[in-house]
Amino acid sequence: MKRLGPVVLEPVTAPSGGWVLVVSAGAVAAALATSAVLFWTFGLSPAGVYRAMFAGTLADPRAAPEIVRQTTPLLLCGVGLVVAFRAQFWNIGAEGQLLAGAVGATGVALFVPAGPWSVPLLFAAGFAAGAAWGLLPAWLRLGLEVNEVITTLMMNYIALFLVEWLIHGPWKGRGVFGFAYTDTFPEAAWLPVVPGTHIHWPTLAVGLLAAGGLAFLLARTRLGFEIRVLGQNPHAARYAGIDPVRTSLAAVVLSAGLAGLAGAGEVAGIHHKLLAPSQVSAGYGYAAIIVAWLARGHPLAAVLTALFLGWIFTSGDVMKVSLQLPFQVTLMFNGLILFFLIGSERLLAYRVRWAGPPGHGLPALAPAGGEGAAATGASGARRT
Amino acid sequence: MLELRQITKRFPGVVANDGVTLQVAPGEVHALLGENGAGKTTLVSVLYGLHQPDAGEIWLEGQRVRIRSPRDALRLGIGMVPQHFLLIRRHTVVENVALGLPGEPFVRPTRRLEPRLLDLATRYGLGVDPRARVADLSPSEQQRVEILKVLLRGARILILDEPTSVLTPQEVRGLFEVLRRMRRDGHAVVFISHKLDEVTAIADRITVLRRGRVVATLPAEGVDRRALARMMVGRDVEMQPVRRRSTPGDVVLRVEGLRAVGPRGVDALRGVSLVVRAGEILGIAGVAGNGQRELVEVLTGLRRATAGRVLLAGRDVTNRPARLLHDLGVAHIPEDRLRDGIVATMSVAENLVLRRYRHRPFARGPLLDPRAVAAFARQVIAEYEIATPGPEVPARLLSGGNVQRLILGRELAGRPTLVVAAHPTAGLDVAATEQVHARLRQCRAQGAAVLLVSEDLDEILALADRIAVFFGGEVAGELPVDEADPERLGLLMMGHRA
Repeated sequence: MKRLGPVVLEPVTAPSGGWVLVVSAGAVAAALATSAVLFWTFGLSPAGVYRAMFAGTLADPRAAPEIVRQTTPLLLCGVGLVVAFRAQFWNIGAEGQLLAGAVGATGVALFVPAGPWSVPLLFAAGFAAGAAWGLLPAWLRLGLEVNEVITTLMMNYIALFLVEWLIHGPWKGRGVFGFAYTDTFPEAAWLPVVPGTHIHWPTLAVGLLAAGGLAFLLARTRLGFEIRVLGQNPHAARYAGIDPVRTSLAAVVLSAGLAGLAGAGEVAGIHHKLLAPSQVSAGYGYAAIIVAWLARGHPLAAVLTALFLGWIFTSGDVMKVSLQLPFQVTLMFNGLILFFLIGSERLLAYRVRWAGPPGHGLPALAPAGGEGAAATGASGARRT
Repeated sequence: MLELRQITKRFPGVVANDGVTLQVAPGEVHALLGENGAGKTTLVSVLYGLHQPDAGEIWLEGQRVRIRSPRDALRLGIGMVPQHFLLIRRHTVVENVALGLPGEPFVRPTRRLEPRLLDLATRYGLGVDPRARVADLSPSEQQRVEILKVLLRGARILILDEPTSVLTPQEVRGLFEVLRRMRRDGHAVVFISHKLDEVTAIADRITVLRRGRVVATLPAEGVDRRALARMMVGRDVEMQPVRRRSTPGDVVLRVEGLRAVGPRGVDALRGVSLVVRAGEILGIAGVAGNGQRELVEVLTGLRRATAGRVLLAGRDVTNRPARLLHDLGVAHIPEDRLRDGIVATMSVAENLVLRRYRHRPFARGPLLDPRAVAAFARQVIAEYEIATPGPEVPARLLSGGNVQRLILGRELAGRPTLVVAAHPTAGLDVAATEQVHARLRQCRAQGAAVLLVSEDLDEILALADRIAVFFGGEVAGELPVDEADPERLGLLMMGHRA
């Protein structure tokens, strides 16, 4: 038990759902407040910025399709990361896996004769290429105990330069002269869109199916059971004879493959060609870490958290256009949100209780109330 | 000298100490007797400054004191020998003693210490080589280092938390001799234990705690042990469990020349051979760290054997995976039940099928059937009397005894042919302990072979049909329980071969 002025922090074994929501919302609010200070130092009125952000996104019906468009890759990468994180595989490489998926899909679109089979085939190629990009770090981790945070992160740069090399070198389009991108895909390899928008709905549908499917996988299948046991107690997994290699590989293949699908969706649904990595992905693979973190292990919750991040991305576009702020404000937002989320994680291990002014009475005699209602009945501190 | 008045300490959901009053006089060995969970450790943690009491006062030499940290406690002359030693294994004895000792020179802090250390060691019979590395010391010697640390810091009141749990019977006698010398010098000793024999052998006064309250404080002289037991548990306890002759059947487990490497890369098993028959319990005794853990791990598929064979009902299963061994009828009650035995965040029901989720009726193809899982869980919860609000509750909300009931239910429900039980009652209360013992006896009666590893000699003597004593990764001796007594077992535990 720690005492901070009139407030007492008591350890709890598990936070309640409500407390998690309060802490997460508090972290996001703190990020917005900190951003406000930065806007102010930039010479802008924070209230004006947030008003413009609100007006340009939530209040403008034309913005909704844009939010959904940005949500799609975030959702695919995010639900995959949820599963990887559940297996305690810290995949920071969704960005690279997304780019690898884009390369795989481009390969199919450019070099396989076009036809009705093009779209399923390029999706499959995107999944396979993304999965392959995740398998190398997985193999290094499982075989040689190389930290996957480092390797998946580094694989992002390799993917980035692979794309750069392809669009400047072997895959550079014949008809594009000085520009660095591939030829445009044949139309059979274009994803259909919702008319009047850029929403390539097959990718979105796959994302929603993945969220539902992975929720089912975790809750109701043998593999999901194994992933949960392995992630929550590797010792017990070993004791129960669960194969850690096979189980982790399955989680990584799912995670990286879905990120690859996101990449396939971006090139086949929006750009119809492979172009500079920063244009294929606006950092979706990194932002997906926040999507997964906010979803706290629940694939279906990732639908909502991906929408939230999609809104932030769209807000960044709005601020760029209406306030001439650099697009990097989105990255600043994302960075601050992740910073405060991870920083607030320790709060979940405690419940906060009002104990009156210091020096008066004994802490435990104060009634438990307010936020203290979170997680009672935990008797973890029982000692001999 | 020392007085605790109405100490109350609450933790979330539990009152660990409820108005505890305790007086300790100089030259007294004062035993705190109680079951696990009675509040003994909490009380001394308050006394040593590790916890702050929610209410109550501590008086020392007629003055009220506040003890906010172990530093305060040591300044007041209160020292503690912890149950789990806090020594730096790579350092020497004298270096460990010097660590954190105020007033020693910055350069070569140990130079003035060695003579003082030797002086104290001779005075109290705490023989230990000051220049030996702690890693090379036995648990008993490490305990002496901890006692010396406390004495050198000038403690007049020593708290010993379950000091005998790592010692052989002979070493316990040595420790008691040390305590008697300290008593003669006017030191006060607070001695925590849940073993009646020890308490009556060494203590001057006994305070019995139950559920955080003092039941009684009474002189040890002429105390009735049966009455003590009743105070400790709250009801009558069978002191001498009836021993039933078993009629062993065929050999279920045969281990031949087994060798294995331990976690630090040293040979932990050096050619172990033993046999367990159907319908008998083989007790494995020994001081911790003599290869018992590695034997259990090899038998349950969690550690590779480097040589030798393991035969299960005649079939060679050496180095086969844990899952296959379980499917062949090997149940494993793991030593560290919270680390290995359960997934704390998952439900009681899911934990109950942790071993068999892949098989019908719990799984159909790749899909799980939650209804079959829940039905099985309800049945086991009822049969094994697991106190839980329901099968869907996370396992972390269960108490220690109920976690063990969950593990027993899971492991024994499939009618195993071999039960490997590692320290199955460590840390459990009396009710849960009795239930574990009853279940192991039931397994024997149903014809299972039981391999019971325990550091509690009383437990082994009460349950086992034969006893094998481990020392240095080998079987130092094996004897039928009729010929075993603590004395003989203690000698074997120290490596004197039979």
